[in-house]
Amino acid sequence: MLTTDRVAGAALTLLALGVVWESRKLPLGSLSRPGPAYMPVVLAAVLLVFGVALAATGGRAMKLAAVSFAEWRHAVAIFAACAFAAFALERLGYRATVAVTLAFMLGVVEKRGVVFTAAFALALAIGSFLLFDTVLRVPLPRGPFGL
Amino acid sequence: MVETLQNLALGFSVALTPGVIFYAFVGCVVGTLVGVLPGIGPLAGISLLLPATFGLDATRAIVMLAGIYYGAMYGGSTTSILMRIPGEAASVMTCIDGYAMARKGRAGAALAIAAVGSYVAGTVSVVALMFLAPPLAAFALRFGPPEYFALLVLGLLVLAYMSGGSMLKALAMAALGLLLGMIGIDQMTGYFRFAYGVVELGDGIGVVPVAVGLFGLAEILATAGLATPPAVIKPKLCELLPSRQEWRQSAWPIGRGTVLGFLIGIIPGSAHIISSFVSYAIERRLSKHPEEFGRGAVAGVAGPESANNSATSGAFVPMLALGVPSGPIPAVMLAAMMVHGVSPGPLLIKQQPELFWGFIASMYVGNVVLLILNLPLVGVFVNLLRVPYPVLYPSILVFCVLGVYAVNGSVVDVWIMLAMGALGYVLRKLDFETAPIVLGVILAPMIEMAFRQSLAMSDGQYAILVTRPIAGTLLAVGGVLALLGLKPLVARGLDWRARLSLAGKGEERL
Repeated sequence: MLTTDRVAGAALTLLALGVVWESRKLPLGSLSRPGPAYMPVVLAAVLLVFGVALAATGGRAMKLAAVSFAEWRHAVAIFAACAFAAFALERLGYRATVAVTLAFMLGVVEKRGVVFTAAFALALAIGSFLLFDTVLRVPLPRGPFGL
Repeated sequence: MVETLQNLALGFSVALTPGVIFYAFVGCVVGTLVGVLPGIGPLAGISLLLPATFGLDATRAIVMLAGIYYGAMYGGSTTSILMRIPGEAASVMTCIDGYAMARKGRAGAALAIAAVGSYVAGTVSVVALMFLAPPLAAFALRFGPPEYFALLVLGLLVLAYMSGGSMLKALAMAALGLLLGMIGIDQMTGYFRFAYGVVELGDGIGVVPVAVGLFGLAEILATAGLATPPAVIKPKLCELLPSRQEWRQSAWPIGRGTVLGFLIGIIPGSAHIISSFVSYAIERRLSKHPEEFGRGAVAGVAGPESANNSATSGAFVPMLALGVPSGPIPAVMLAAMMVHGVSPGPLLIKQQPELFWGFIASMYVGNVVLLILNLPLVGVFVNLLRVPYPVLYPSILVFCVLGVYAVNGSVVDVWIMLAMGALGYVLRKLDFETAPIVLGVILAPMIEMAFRQSLAMSDGQYAILVTRPIAGTLLAVGGVLALLGLKPLVARGLDWRARLSLAGKGEERL
């Protein structure tokens, strides 16, 4: 039976094995003189033990099918908007990126009115830029159009 | 004693300058807002506002960040009492009796008791911090790499032990955090580890994108699509004064919560959260009318609120005196201090007394500011909750991206935040705690350095980690805790952590 602990345990085990595999590119050193791969391998071994233990003892945990992902559409849309922001931040500049991201989240995801969406997105983009970049002197990217 | 008072006078000469008072005030206001707003807790709040302190000197920056921390502890109670929504995790227990009092028409009294309890606890615990940190720092001067290694390992084990739910899961998350902390240049050999050609990963994964991703973004991903919050109960200013009986009922719980919170705060773990749970359980057990708990018991508000504020100061003791963060929030505070060129630890008090004592004195000032802010201005803060969540969360997201980007001016950090947000969302769904990951990320380089320095000292002999008295004792305590924590794997029935976890979800009463 698939439970949350078993799935998580299996994922952690795979991650630990992946770390051990990737560590082979680095010198391991010896027990008395550990190299750069030593600690990652030790930690991966510890994680492996915990992962296997979780998978083995996770039979009583919540069934995976019982986990509710009712809000997944919202979560995916928000994640996509954030990914766009990360991609565009230095390419378009802070103000343009934030305005577009907010317009998408308010107008498309939350279905707010066009006027409100445009006004809110522009106000927050310009206002936060003024506060952080101009007043607090935290440099924010301007992009090719100075936005 | 005389020396401490002289030092405190020095601290007040720093803390009472207009600039420091102003930033303490700003920190308290922002912290209260952070505490009031669901979806953004003190950890994400401090992380996000770190870049805003870059233009300040170290004292003002740290005073402001500390203000955000304890301001959030105060602010969290407001939404708990008026809406039954904890603004941050430490206010979960306040929801139960605070909201019940509000429904009985005693919202103002509940807010006043929470504010006064927080003030008393905050002030008394700063006195304790003032007297405890310097001798602890003097003792820590005896620490070498083996002792630090043992202390850091013990810190992780205690955090895992004190976490609600399974210790096995908490340890797995700590190991995951430590592995994430391995990314970057190996400090002793200069090798790039797991960077895959991304130059920005050379310095490792920053604690800010990890914290904001796991605590801020993950919370928004999980809650943005849910139904809108319930209506807000808005108390009038004239209703804020508790009755004489309510004051009497709250006096001892405030006292007990203060002592308990401070002691738990010193111990590594999510102290402010645990202390409020433990305080609630104790008050219920000591009460002559335990049946009132859950129906508006004054002690159910006074105890947990005092405890979580007292724990805030307690958590500063190991951070300031030893340079060892006892939980994710002190870890971010430690990172913030390092950004400003301050290295917390045994030498801080000697080398930068103005900063240390100024910080202590500013906490007294901050507690007064919060008392003044929280009662008369409660209506103003509550109005924020009238902003619909579908409008509020996109704004919080913008600040997440902005705050994370601004720390290093790096888009890679924003991608790390996104990855951590997705990881945090999935881990929430699978019922895993994410606090050990944050602590693991910040402790990993320290633990590795202390471990390898210890081996270099002993010419590769591992015995150095157990034969030196302090290191051996600390590791032995850690071993006992690990065995105790893993006992439920072989024993039947629920241990205290499992019961705490169930109580947090409202499935079992403490």
